[in-house]
Amino acid sequence: MATTHAVAPAANGEKEAKSFWSDGYGWKSWLLTVDHKRIAILYLISVVAFFIIGATFAALMRLELATPKGDVVDSETYNKLFTMHGVVMIFFFLVPSIPAILGNFLVPLMIGARDLAFPKINLLSWYIYIVGGALTLLAAVTGGIDTGWTFYTPYSSTYANGQVALAAIAVFITGFSSILTGLNFLVTIHKMRAPGLTWFRLPLFIWAQYATSLIMILGTPVIATTVFLVALERVLRIGIFDPALGGDPVLFQHLFWFYSHPAVYIMILPGMGVISDVIACFSRKRVFGYSFVAFSSMAIAVLGFMVWGHHMYTTGQSAYASMVSTENTMLAAVKVFNWMATLYKGEIHLTTPMLYALGFIGLFTIGGLTGLFLGIMSIDLHVHDTYFVVAHFHYVMVGGMVMAFLSGIHFWWPKMFGRMYPEWWGRFAAINIFVGFNLTFLPQFVLGFMGMPRRYHYYPEEFAQLNLLSSAGAALMGAGYLIIFVYMLWSVKFGLKVGANPWKATGLEWKIQSPPTTHNFESIPVVDEEAYDYGRGHAKHGKEASVVR
Amino acid sequence: MAHDHNPAHGASGHGEHAGGHHVMPLSVYWGVFLALVVGTLVTVWSATIDLGALNVIVALVIATAKALLVVLYFMHVKYASKLTWLFVASGFFWLLIMLVITMNDYISRGWLL
Amino acid sequence: MSADHTHAMPAGVLPPVSHHFEDLAQQEESEKLGMWAFLVTEVMFFGALFTAYTVYRNLYPEAFMLASSSLDWKLGGLNTLVLIVSSLTMALAIRGAQTSNRKVMLGNLVLTMVFGATFLVVKYFEYAHKYHVNLMPGPTFDVAAFGEHGPQARIFFSIYFAMTGLHAFHMIVGLILMAWIYKRAAAGHYTPTRYVGIENAGLYWHFVDLVWIFLFPMLYLLGAHTSGLSGGH
Repeated sequence: MATTHAVAPAANGEKEAKSFWSDGYGWKSWLLTVDHKRIAILYLISVVAFFIIGATFAALMRLELATPKGDVVDSETYNKLFTMHGVVMIFFFLVPSIPAILGNFLVPLMIGARDLAFPKINLLSWYIYIVGGALTLLAAVTGGIDTGWTFYTPYSSTYANGQVALAAIAVFITGFSSILTGLNFLVTIHKMRAPGLTWFRLPLFIWAQYATSLIMILGTPVIATTVFLVALERVLRIGIFDPALGGDPVLFQHLFWFYSHPAVYIMILPGMGVISDVIACFSRKRVFGYSFVAFSSMAIAVLGFMVWGHHMYTTGQSAYASMVSTENTMLAAVKVFNWMATLYKGEIHLTTPMLYALGFIGLFTIGGLTGLFLGIMSIDLHVHDTYFVVAHFHYVMVGGMVMAFLSGIHFWWPKMFGRMYPEWWGRFAAINIFVGFNLTFLPQFVLGFMGMPRRYHYYPEEFAQLNLLSSAGAALMGAGYLIIFVYMLWSVKFGLKVGANPWKATGLEWKIQSPPTTHNFESIPVVDEEAYDYGRGHAKHGKEASVVR
Repeated sequence: MAHDHNPAHGASGHGEHAGGHHVMPLSVYWGVFLALVVGTLVTVWSATIDLGALNVIVALVIATAKALLVVLYFMHVKYASKLTWLFVASGFFWLLIMLVITMNDYISRGWLL
Repeated sequence: MSADHTHAMPAGVLPPVSHHFEDLAQQEESEKLGMWAFLVTEVMFFGALFTAYTVYRNLYPEAFMLASSSLDWKLGGLNTLVLIVSSLTMALAIRGAQTSNRKVMLGNLVLTMVFGATFLVVKYFEYAHKYHVNLMPGPTFDVAAFGEHGPQARIFFSIYFAMTGLHAFHMIVGLILMAWIYKRAAAGHYTPTRYVGIENAGLYWHFVDLVWIFLFPMLYLLGAHTSGLSGGH
């Protein structure tokens, strides 16, 4: 048994127990903190703020797309809207969300450490993120960029008007936030695990963070260099991507997608880590095939680097390279079966985190399968740059990643704030978002297959009804997000106070008080339990659990 | 302070361990240095001879050998943990992935499939 | 004074182990691993430029050979040797810390900085020359100097300046780092049992040397077998 002492749960009405929240007040104690938990909260606020900004751009886009004519904004403005929607959502929401918020908060707790390996670098990561974000917003309001988040040359490097150089520098800077976080996690997980916490006793959330961190440090530097070259080209006109000189736009795409494909795994792997932990807890069962899930996370990190060519089937790379890419793409692992098997014969609790997790499984499956279609060169030639692609990545990113993010936020909210969110509203919003999401994006598969191209703000009459449906769905989904935002804020002050382990979950983070003290553990625990020791399901070594609770 | 407490200082034998850390003998450092200088001279000299496609290969092989010497001896990787080896190898493996798959495209552009 | 290795450094100078680490060993192992992880990112950072170079060299071999011959291989070669020497002195400086030899440690740190600065001075002269003969990538590039290969030669120079520029930037950071390390070394922070700081700085320095080991033949020697070693201009 772990040897930490859980502090007695604070009853309603008592004074706030001492925690990392009460360890210093005022701006300086927050803006100069090196406590990983406070840094996680800083990220929570800023990441959510960027989500709202990105969602606003999306709202304007769906408003425009509700009718066939381009009557809300002009073409150039629309181009800027979808560019900023992509840039903000990808670089400032999806990539940092789970790692920087939940990862920062939980990694030390889950491994029995007092902090990450490099606390000051952790704070630096956040500041770099803020600077990059500020520069991006500056680019948006001082002329904007209309190149698409993909910055394809030579449009971005030579012909575009707007703040391409500034945006490129902003993305360049932001990349270092990612790199430093990944570096911190890697070293922490290698060197700071509590005694007895061997690799195969780690929660799968940690395996997921580890694999994500690998991708972060191996991929992000490449896009950093690439956007830096674009910025150089804009400012100094060095001509490295200029076709007039013999520069190759496809080279840009190779370098860009070398990061940006693995980046989608940066975005989804942490989500999968959350799902593993949540499903285990609310099935009261060990994760089926723990080792397989751990290994497949690593396999995704490695294989994910070898398939970027599947973004370039139509842009001029060789047929041979396209074929190799298709082959590699088909090798991607499918962990969904593990989660299904975990659920099977489990004692299911349909809490809000569980609802999101179940939603994740369904929606990510759809998104993932459609990704396979797109990964096959012959099919992609038909649907490339149509709404089929848009629907696919929104299914994996929103239906997958955002669902996982919401699942994780709800699951660990009581740990972070010591207070519970209102469960009824949580379930209501979850269903609301699920319905709204499908209404928004399911029609887009059809639209894409029918031929509607992406990145246009007007379209033929025949696409009108589905687009209207999609916009209506977006409004419903938006309402759901708003509800969450409101009740979460409410819960910080008025939510039901909870003790150390309101979910009766396994894991070191649930053995300490909610919220944790600054130093996490009074004494570093010694671990001798397997992960997810819920007393049900097959233990790692194949023995059926003898105790059924 | 001019004292040197390491009796192996200046000796050509293997270094003793100071606090568990491997101390490289001076002879190794100077040997590697010499090899690096010679490698540079050979690189320059071989570049002046027209070996066709081999020029690239020779230059790369020598550069790689020099790099290995720096990594193994100057950077002490020869005596480092397996984890360090893994990190070093991964870095170069990933670089290779980027180079090989990218060049895969360019080299095969003319192929008829 | 006792005969132990740390007698040159007064006790109490060394900073305590950070509170979030269990012990010194965990802290030092973490710091070393962190440095290696950082170097991996640097491999990929430069790697993107190596990829661009490889692609374009494969596409435009003659232009690259021609453009390369206009670089001064003697200065490039000199810089290569300068960096190799600086790597040696860096390794010797660390060895000085390991063997409690303050003079060796500090002296070699100074030498490392001197050679590093030499590298940058040579680089400055190279760049200045290129500026004078209009070989800076950009609209001022003297395309005509390379005949039909003009435009692609301009791409070569874009890559040349991007790669050597990025490398030079890393050298400048390295010099600043070395100055800081020297200050700490002089204050007695590095002992035979505790020298991760100077070791990590050494790892960075050697890495920068490593990059140049590849840059030199790739950029300076491409055309050497065609025009002979004319010394460039």
